[in-house]
Amino acid sequence: MKTTMKLMATTCLTLTATLAVAESHMADEMTIVSWGGAYSASQNNAYHMPYSEMTGVNIINDESSAEAVAKLRAMNEAGNVTWDVVDVVASDAIRLCDEGLALEIDFDEQLAPGDDGSTASDDFGDLLVSDCFIPQIVYSTTFGYRTDLVGDTAPTDICAVFDTETYPGMRSLEKRPINNMEWALLCDGVAKDDVYDVLETEEGQAQAFAKLDTIKDSVIWWSAGADTPQLLADGEVVMGSTYNGRLFALIEEQDQPVAMLWDAQVFDLGGWIIPTGLSPEREARALDYVRFATDTQRLADQAKYISYGPARASSAPLVGNHAELGIDMAPHMPTDPANAENTFLYNYEWWADYRDDLDAKFQVWLSQ
Amino acid sequence: MSDTTTGPVLAADGRPLKASLNRALRRQKLRAMMLIAPLLIFILVSFVMPIADMLFRSVENQIVSDTLPRTTALLPDWDGEGAPDDMIYEALARDLAVAVEAKAHTRLGSRLNYERTGISSLLRKTGRGVDEIGETPQDVLEGVNDIWKDRDAFGRLIGTSEWVDAINAWDGEDSSTRIAPEFNANSSFAEQFPGTTSLYASYVLQSVSEEDNPLGEKPWPILFHVLAQELPSATPPSDVPEELALALREAATALDGVVLDDPRAVFLDIDDDWGDQGVWTTIQTYGPAYTNGYFLNSIDMQKGLDGPEWRPENEQIYIVLFIRTMIMSLTIMGMCVLLGYPIAWLLANLPDRKANMLMILVLLPFWTSLLVRTSAWKVLLQQQGVINDVLVWIGIVADDGRLQLINNQTGTIIAMTHILLPFMILPLYSVMKTIPPSYLRAAKSLGATNWTAFWRVYFPQSVPGIGAGCILVFILSIGYYITPELVGGTKGVFISNRIAYHISSSLNWGLAAALGTILLAVVMLLYWMYDKIVGIDNVKLGG
Repeated sequence: MKTTMKLMATTCLTLTATLAVAESHMADEMTIVSWGGAYSASQNNAYHMPYSEMTGVNIINDESSAEAVAKLRAMNEAGNVTWDVVDVVASDAIRLCDEGLALEIDFDEQLAPGDDGSTASDDFGDLLVSDCFIPQIVYSTTFGYRTDLVGDTAPTDICAVFDTETYPGMRSLEKRPINNMEWALLCDGVAKDDVYDVLETEEGQAQAFAKLDTIKDSVIWWSAGADTPQLLADGEVVMGSTYNGRLFALIEEQDQPVAMLWDAQVFDLGGWIIPTGLSPEREARALDYVRFATDTQRLADQAKYISYGPARASSAPLVGNHAELGIDMAPHMPTDPANAENTFLYNYEWWADYRDDLDAKFQVWLSQ
Repeated sequence: MSDTTTGPVLAADGRPLKASLNRALRRQKLRAMMLIAPLLIFILVSFVMPIADMLFRSVENQIVSDTLPRTTALLPDWDGEGAPDDMIYEALARDLAVAVEAKAHTRLGSRLNYERTGISSLLRKTGRGVDEIGETPQDVLEGVNDIWKDRDAFGRLIGTSEWVDAINAWDGEDSSTRIAPEFNANSSFAEQFPGTTSLYASYVLQSVSEEDNPLGEKPWPILFHVLAQELPSATPPSDVPEELALALREAATALDGVVLDDPRAVFLDIDDDWGDQGVWTTIQTYGPAYTNGYFLNSIDMQKGLDGPEWRPENEQIYIVLFIRTMIMSLTIMGMCVLLGYPIAWLLANLPDRKANMLMILVLLPFWTSLLVRTSAWKVLLQQQGVINDVLVWIGIVADDGRLQLINNQTGTIIAMTHILLPFMILPLYSVMKTIPPSYLRAAKSLGATNWTAFWRVYFPQSVPGIGAGCILVFILSIGYYITPELVGGTKGVFISNRIAYHISSSLNWGLAAALGTILLAVVMLLYWMYDKIVGIDNVKLGG
């Protein structure tokens, strides 16, 4: 009997102690959600490690950004949000903000001012596309091509994608209407400024599909960002669209015979949101983290590890050399003036409206 | 003849034996129930309830009437011609003022955008402009009497004095014991000013949900707008605080001749689409709390003005996908039977050492990650891949005529057959293991040829294994989406890919739930047919 009592008492004590430890543990731990791979690694080097060192907060990496919107909604409905800071693309941030799942940010109050003295909202400028979204990087969706498979004249123009005579062979495009519809119209003679006006009409959509029809038989459709680099490396495709950071890794780190096509590339943004429904302490810590991680120096630091441009104007002059390869990163940035001669601005608001409708039509078109 | 048959049989304690037996059994049943209770509760909580909840979303549509209660109450009477009348714009102005404070208007926008493109940005835009309604009367009133600048003016005017005291006391309480007192309106005021009262009640709810004291917050401008509208036709009640009664009377004279904001003009000024009949039809059609819209959508139909109608041809996709999913799953199932049967036969009939070796080969891929196996197929099947390279090297196909084996239906069928093969082999093997080899020998000794012995004696006994394997493979393949997404290209994707898209990307969970419900119903129907034709007793998962 005595032994049993003792055993029970010990168990109780251990349990209480464990709970207490778990409780205090919770206080200096935060979960940050991102995309994984080289991108997460760059964040780890540039943001997480210095922040942990400075504050003692232990950062847990979760690689669920691809399903972030759905998971955040489910967590919110269940009333148990386990994520503190989430890395999403701008269009997802708008969706999350619309759904009331992301915290609205007062940029000038809650973010650090730029090193050059500008306020945060001036420093980020036009990149503040949603009230809930703190931009971090600028990336481009652009084309890479096999230098050994395109013949003597390397493509310099986006319309090479639609020119199967000069550049025979397969291409890879993303399996969704976004970007593809715009490129199709651009190459069908629509002026850059009119693209979304044209795409709003039934005729304009038909025109874009008709243009895509001309290459439909030579397209491999991708849904994961790693697909195009792999297809290019295997020589499965002559050219293909993907994110510029992936192409940088393929060209500079893996030394494949691939080159980048900087024309009509589509700018997009990656950045942070903070979920709603956090306890005040966790929310304060999350805000503290993003304030640190999006200051001028930290954003410039990330560019040492991956070729995505910092979202702050004040960070651009601080971009240095690649941490391992030692090459100058500035010419590889989508924001570099030489690369950004002819870019295409992606219209978030427009796609927020037309995405559901056009996606249905795109799927029908694909299956025909 | 004996007399023991008269009257019920009694137990030793004198009670009827039947009742006594029942009692004993009941206790036993209860004990059995308690033994399975943990599992039962676990299944209910973690399996049945979530599924039911998800399926329920396919008809649930309360978001529209919850966000726009006043508008949806009026809309059923709208004739659907042109733009609705001013009453409805007025109701919408009040609803949206509340919704914007609760940040619910953008959520409604994404819901309605599934039905009509453009509503998402329309509501987002309107949310930024709707709060100017009411600024005109607010300025007039605040100019006449400073009491309107007091943040608690509306509360003291509309609420009973008990409620005012209660809410102030609540505000001073500790946060752990805070349950806000229910709003109580002064009944004579409510009678004269129903619109103001109802809007103020919404205002109170919103403040309280943010844990703020409604008497300490700035009143919304729209409250002044509604008050000013109701003032001319109302007789100010006498039982409100004196200074407020005075202010009300002053207000009536001050507002005389002031032109109030016209909600219709404000809305049209924000966006012309508010004059568009289509936008209003959408809100009217999706006003009810439950809708069959998602189900119609998932069979390529939509709610039209005169009942369900087909969607435009360039938006019809789901029926095609359902049929394709069925056909391809059946094909994969057939391939699994063809390939799995001989392997299972070998497994069951080889000497143990060799059979074990073979078994490991069957199970090894089973233990490998699904993604790795799928990616391996990519390397093998692509045009510059191993298989094509070998075929070109042998000379069977020309270098410029390499076979297209992936990113189409062929790719999906090959990869999925490989992945699902163990689910066919294992039940087949366990059934074949129980068929005594002596039966075949007996058949042969009676003069049967090899084929006859197999077909007439062995095969019928292995049918339960085929049945079990087929059900497993078919049901698994119908719900697969990772493999088709990776190797299916455009023609090899399943309905589950669309369900996954609506769950994770478009957030249209209602449509995803409707598609899932239909898929579940189809599987149930097939299962029922299978039971009728083959009989479910003829299925064996093990010896």
